[in-house]
Amino acid sequence: MPKLPAPPIPAPLKAPPPRPGEGNGKTAPHEHAKHAGINVVDWVDERTSLSGAARWMMFRKVPKGTNWFYTLGSATMFAFLSQAVTGVFLAMYYRPDPAGGAYESIRYVTNEVFLGQFVRGMHKWGSSVMVVLVFLHMGRTFFFGAYKYPRELNWVIGVVLLILTMVMSFTGYLLPFDQRAYWATIVGVNINGTGPLIGPYLSDFLRGGPEFGATTLSRFYAIHMLLVPGLLAALIGAHLYLVAKLGTTAPPWTGAEKNPELREAEA
Amino acid sequence: MPDKRDKHKSKYTLDRGMPGAFEGETITRRRFMTGTAHGAGAVAAASFALPALGFAFGPVFKSNTQHWEVVGTVDQFPDNNYVPVVLTLQPNIGEVGKTTVYVRKFNAEIDTDPYDKNTPYIAISSRCAHVGCPVRWVDATERFICPCHGGVYDLLGRRVGGPPVRPLDRFYTRVNGDNVEVGPRFSVNSQLRHFSPRLPGEPLDGIGQYLYPSTPGAKI
Repeated sequence: MPKLPAPPIPAPLKAPPPRPGEGNGKTAPHEHAKHAGINVVDWVDERTSLSGAARWMMFRKVPKGTNWFYTLGSATMFAFLSQAVTGVFLAMYYRPDPAGGAYESIRYVTNEVFLGQFVRGMHKWGSSVMVVLVFLHMGRTFFFGAYKYPRELNWVIGVVLLILTMVMSFTGYLLPFDQRAYWATIVGVNINGTGPLIGPYLSDFLRGGPEFGATTLSRFYAIHMLLVPGLLAALIGAHLYLVAKLGTTAPPWTGAEKNPELREAEA
Repeated sequence: MPDKRDKHKSKYTLDRGMPGAFEGETITRRRFMTGTAHGAGAVAAASFALPALGFAFGPVFKSNTQHWEVVGTVDQFPDNNYVPVVLTLQPNIGEVGKTTVYVRKFNAEIDTDPYDKNTPYIAISSRCAHVGCPVRWVDATERFICPCHGGVYDLLGRRVGGPPVRPLDRFYTRVNGDNVEVGPRFSVNSQLRHFSPRLPGEPLDGIGQYLYPSTPGAKI
């Protein structure tokens, strides 16, 4: 792999140039303070070698013709991070209690917590934003042919991420535990039950037992807050690693010629 | 390294030419240590994985004991109209553990199906057989109407319109002294033949009863 050139040090970290008349070789104590920024970065980098990885990720080459469509993936990740952060703040107030505590905690967040309505609104609308961006990103990848060799594994990981996003939407919808949430989840779980042979058992598993109740809400909360975010974070990491490692494709209209040896036999 | 692999084909140490081997020996120190380490690892993993799996899947196999609940006295229910009563299916979780049941006295002129003969009262569940929304009895049109997707049922709970796939579920009833008691749930097919309870959306006519077996989840 060709060695990437070392990028210029950003201006805030650079040591200021010595004033005329100074700079006789000895550094005074106050000049150490000016170098503090770059010294910290050097200290961490010497012990972790992280700057190599950072340069590999940030200064990689992209093909000619890269356009705004390629930002959809990052936009989806940004929506996910927004959901994660707003979700953490909501989790500080939420109580997964089906006998009224869940509804009451959400009412408290919306009406009485400072900016609570804003954070809850960001989380609620952010989920729709994330789903829309996920589908746009998937469409862009499909129509640009960016799923072909050697990126098939990346596509598969992307599909798993799509399914996990849908699971997040489904489990999160129940948590306010108002009429809409309750009945929408009843309908969703019963639709699962209509699958032949294993459908009824799948419904039981989702509901966490015979009846829709306390177990169901706790189960959905644990899945929504712990299980799926962990899986999402891990798979997003894998997805990004593969994108950086394999590189991005050129848009199909640029007519970029791939390696003629890889081309399949023509008629 | 093709030579080494050929020697390892035989599981007998004698064939592999190991020093000190005797006839029929198969265990080496290396394999013993490896096997023991794998076994200990499997025990450690099982010790936290099995309880976790049991915790996650346990409720699927739990079946609630059947219980009968008093819903009123014998003179509270007419035989030509339904009276809604509230049944507590699961205690201690508030409103979500309750459901509405429509009860009426058995009427020999209306309930002519052979399967209904020995039921003192007819108790119809309000759970729509489409995807589970609560249906409402409308006295003026003598129909159960589902608000979600437009399912309509007649006086006996049979489907007369909309997407539901089978009639409304019913509950067993009995008379205890002066009280009417409502018991476990059961499902019916379009001929009103009784079946063990099913989830909404599962048809019971023809092959349906085999394709959609009853699960503990449907019993509530």
